[in-house]
Amino acid sequence: MGILRSLLSLRLASLLALLMAIAAPAFSQTEEDPGQALLANLADASPRQMDAAIEAIVNSGDPRARSWLDAFGNNRLSRNKDTGQVVVVLRNVGRDWTIADPLTGENLGEISRRELDRVNINNAIRGKLEGVLAMLDLYSTNPEIQRTAAEAMMGKVNETVIEPLNNLLAQDLPARVRDRLELAVAIYQLEQGDAQAKADAITTLTGSLHSRARAALNNAVAGDDPAIAASAKAALISIEQKLKMNRAAETLYFGLSLGSVLVLAAIGLAITFGVMGVINMAHGELIMLGAYTTWGMQQLLPGQPGLALILSIPAGFMVAALAGIAIERSVIQYLKGRPLETLLATFGISLILQQLVRTVISPLNRSVTTPEWMSGSLVINDALSLTLNRLYVIGFALVVFAGLMLIMRRTRLGLEVRAVTQNRAMARSMGIKATRVDIMTFALGSGVAGLAGVALSQITNVGPNLGQNYIIDSFMVVVFGGVGNLWGTLVAGLTLGTINQILEPWAGAVLAKIMVLVMIILFIQKRPRGLFPQKGRAAEG
Amino acid sequence: MSIKTHVKLGLSALALSVSFHTMAAEDPIKVGILHSLSGTMAISETALKDTMEMLIEKQNEQGGVNGRMLEAVVVDPASNWPLFAEKARELLEKEKVDVIFGNWTSVSRKSVLPVVEELNGLLFYPVQYEGEESSENVFYTGAAPNQQAIPAVNYLKDELGVERWVLAGTDYVYPRTTNKILETYLKDMGVAEADIMINYTPFGHSDWQSIVSDIKAFGSAGKKTAVVSTINGDANVPFYRELGNQGISSSDIPVVAFSVGEQELSGIDTGPLVGHLAAWNYFMSVDNDANYDFIDAWVEFKGDDKAVTNDPMEAHYIGFNMYVEAVKKAGTTDVEAIKEAIIGVAVPNLTGGIATMMPNHHITKPVLIGEIQDNGQFSVVWETSSTVAGDAWSDFLPGSRDLIADWRAPMKCGNFNVKTGSCGASAGEQALADAE
Repeated sequence: MGILRSLLSLRLASLLALLMAIAAPAFSQTEEDPGQALLANLADASPRQMDAAIEAIVNSGDPRARSWLDAFGNNRLSRNKDTGQVVVVLRNVGRDWTIADPLTGENLGEISRRELDRVNINNAIRGKLEGVLAMLDLYSTNPEIQRTAAEAMMGKVNETVIEPLNNLLAQDLPARVRDRLELAVAIYQLEQGDAQAKADAITTLTGSLHSRARAALNNAVAGDDPAIAASAKAALISIEQKLKMNRAAETLYFGLSLGSVLVLAAIGLAITFGVMGVINMAHGELIMLGAYTTWGMQQLLPGQPGLALILSIPAGFMVAALAGIAIERSVIQYLKGRPLETLLATFGISLILQQLVRTVISPLNRSVTTPEWMSGSLVINDALSLTLNRLYVIGFALVVFAGLMLIMRRTRLGLEVRAVTQNRAMARSMGIKATRVDIMTFALGSGVAGLAGVALSQITNVGPNLGQNYIIDSFMVVVFGGVGNLWGTLVAGLTLGTINQILEPWAGAVLAKIMVLVMIILFIQKRPRGLFPQKGRAAEG
Repeated sequence: MSIKTHVKLGLSALALSVSFHTMAAEDPIKVGILHSLSGTMAISETALKDTMEMLIEKQNEQGGVNGRMLEAVVVDPASNWPLFAEKARELLEKEKVDVIFGNWTSVSRKSVLPVVEELNGLLFYPVQYEGEESSENVFYTGAAPNQQAIPAVNYLKDELGVERWVLAGTDYVYPRTTNKILETYLKDMGVAEADIMINYTPFGHSDWQSIVSDIKAFGSAGKKTAVVSTINGDANVPFYRELGNQGISSSDIPVVAFSVGEQELSGIDTGPLVGHLAAWNYFMSVDNDANYDFIDAWVEFKGDDKAVTNDPMEAHYIGFNMYVEAVKKAGTTDVEAIKEAIIGVAVPNLTGGIATMMPNHHITKPVLIGEIQDNGQFSVVWETSSTVAGDAWSDFLPGSRDLIADWRAPMKCGNFNVKTGSCGASAGEQALADAE
């Protein structure tokens, strides 16, 4: 009951926050600010007393309570070892940290971190704190905050909040919020309520795909009431059925997403290796250069990771394309028609590039920030959500593929590339500058590798070893798809990705990889030219 | 200042310069540093090479040891396991180093073992490892499983009430052995087979979608679930990212990692990781003056404000100081004398305690559990009340239960079987046999 009253008063308080804020400095000068005692109490609390200390802050109805608890939850509450004053740490990097007074919000400047003693919080307390904060947020007038809070209440309902929650449910609520809260209350009732409440709870939970609902039902099945256990079991079976469809959709999505990564990594190679016939072992390092360009861009534009990422697309292409030109001019052109030497030389280049990055930039991975609009996921239902970064990568892979197809099919360059690769001598005698075409083609393939790097920077580590992890996969995709065929690369990449993701939960990641490899070997035995073999005279050359 | 003090000062300066001359006259103590500076492991090992160079520099500023200066001999085994053995041989035979500090991966250590045993060298190994080994010539300053994995599992069970376990690791010897130990340990405590999920992934695994989705499904069975991760450095970033993307927070399914330290975190945006756990014997955030001094020295040495320290660096700090103390105690750098002198040597660690070299060549360490914070640091949420002595042979593996290691006379054995009363082959011989 105490919490309920305090919550209501807090809501009132937040409405009157402005008024209070004006009044606050006045009384802090004349008498002791009650916030000081509350914070000191929190800072001194042993793990067992934490609940009480948090409750005291909530109960105080202080308009600043929310900011204190937020700071506490984010590990930002510290104590000055000398003065005992509780402070909020604004910046906690380096030797000297910036602190502020939690009572007045006044910036207290920098202080050595040696002088500060953090107010400890751990997962258990943080979990409870999240529940308390979510409960506060439920009264928010902002529907977005209210919705997130309702989401967070799942599994956080306990005897102190059940009454205010029921009161809230009696009011007019947005459908989504109501739905969530009803589920949250049902989960609580299934664990704590009487027989009737349990039976009702099972009815509410039937059909819900939320993992906490399933957890509660699973517990009920193991409980001692046979009737409840039986109906919980029935509810679970119907949920399982629904889940199956979702799992299948999820696996397909995972497969497409892994496939699109493979396609992106391999499509540049499909040009340099597939069309030109150059075995470029440094292809992975060109991908790495693209990823490092993204990192560099973000360093140039601090605070704007999204804009930096978009600018990295042309920049990554250019950097990798220029590196590709340099490799082509300095090494590959002299090794035309000698695949073994090309392989060894480009392998050497790949090692040089890796070590160059290690020496010049750092052997450590670089941190590339994911922009706000790319993190999180698109929620289809409680069991199926599509991660946004992967969704973007799938889209990006398709756009890159379409762009390449256009270039190869519809432009002068594409025509010349096809002519030179089909019959170099004939093309030259028709007035095509074969050397120029070679450079352009290699630059295009390398540039696309750079684009892959930009995309990969959002998914995996940006470090000197980035390229190594993708080079084998890239060759696998190109060979499987049929050398010289872009469509083949697309289909092969997506197929391999999907097969891998279907096998993985069943066989484990290591075995799945091996199985895919064995499958490709067997396939190549049967069809040496891959999925989409080139036809006609070009294939003979 | 009186004339007297002037004279005094002059005399002591003279004395100093004289002693300096005698110092310079003696050969320096050669310290071999065997860490990869290129290749995949450079990411982790470069910092250890720098740490050693810094420690040697500091020691020389204080006048060296026993009047002798220290000299670092750095070689680059380039993340290539057989090359580790070659470079170790080069250090011992050609450079004639007195001691080697080096290695990161277990496989590189196994490759070096036969060489240091054959040439009777000294090796200080600073990384947490799977145990099941004790060599006469190796000092293990990193954690054995009972100094990291077991206490971490206890924490999850007792403090967080975890009942369902995911043991996820990279597919190589350290995770496999550690998980075998943990599996036995959990089953001994009464955890059912169905409540343990074991998953291995290849090195550098970057596509965690279906595994994370599996973990999520495993965690919705109604019991509190946690992931015990022995996933190797690099693969962690995409793993944590996927956890965040699929909406698994640390309060739903906490992940406790044994291979994620400050250095790994410095390459990630740690926002979505807040609250996930790591178990180590040292954290950069430990509130202790010795630690702050070490960090300040490190930042200055690197000339980088953002340079981080981590657990293996502390292990080298301890190992180096132990070696220095042992040289002082023995009065020589003779390998046999050091082996004898170093057992029982105690030096301060960076977390406010004392590390002692045990007869099994492992050291005593406190065990700390830290939660990841948004600034890439850990906040310590739990620690053992006293230090824990490293156990070379786990009590939770059938083959090793009866083995003990004691390098003092008269036993002098790294794998003495208390049941049969016999001593097995040396660690180096074993490594050679396994390789064949």
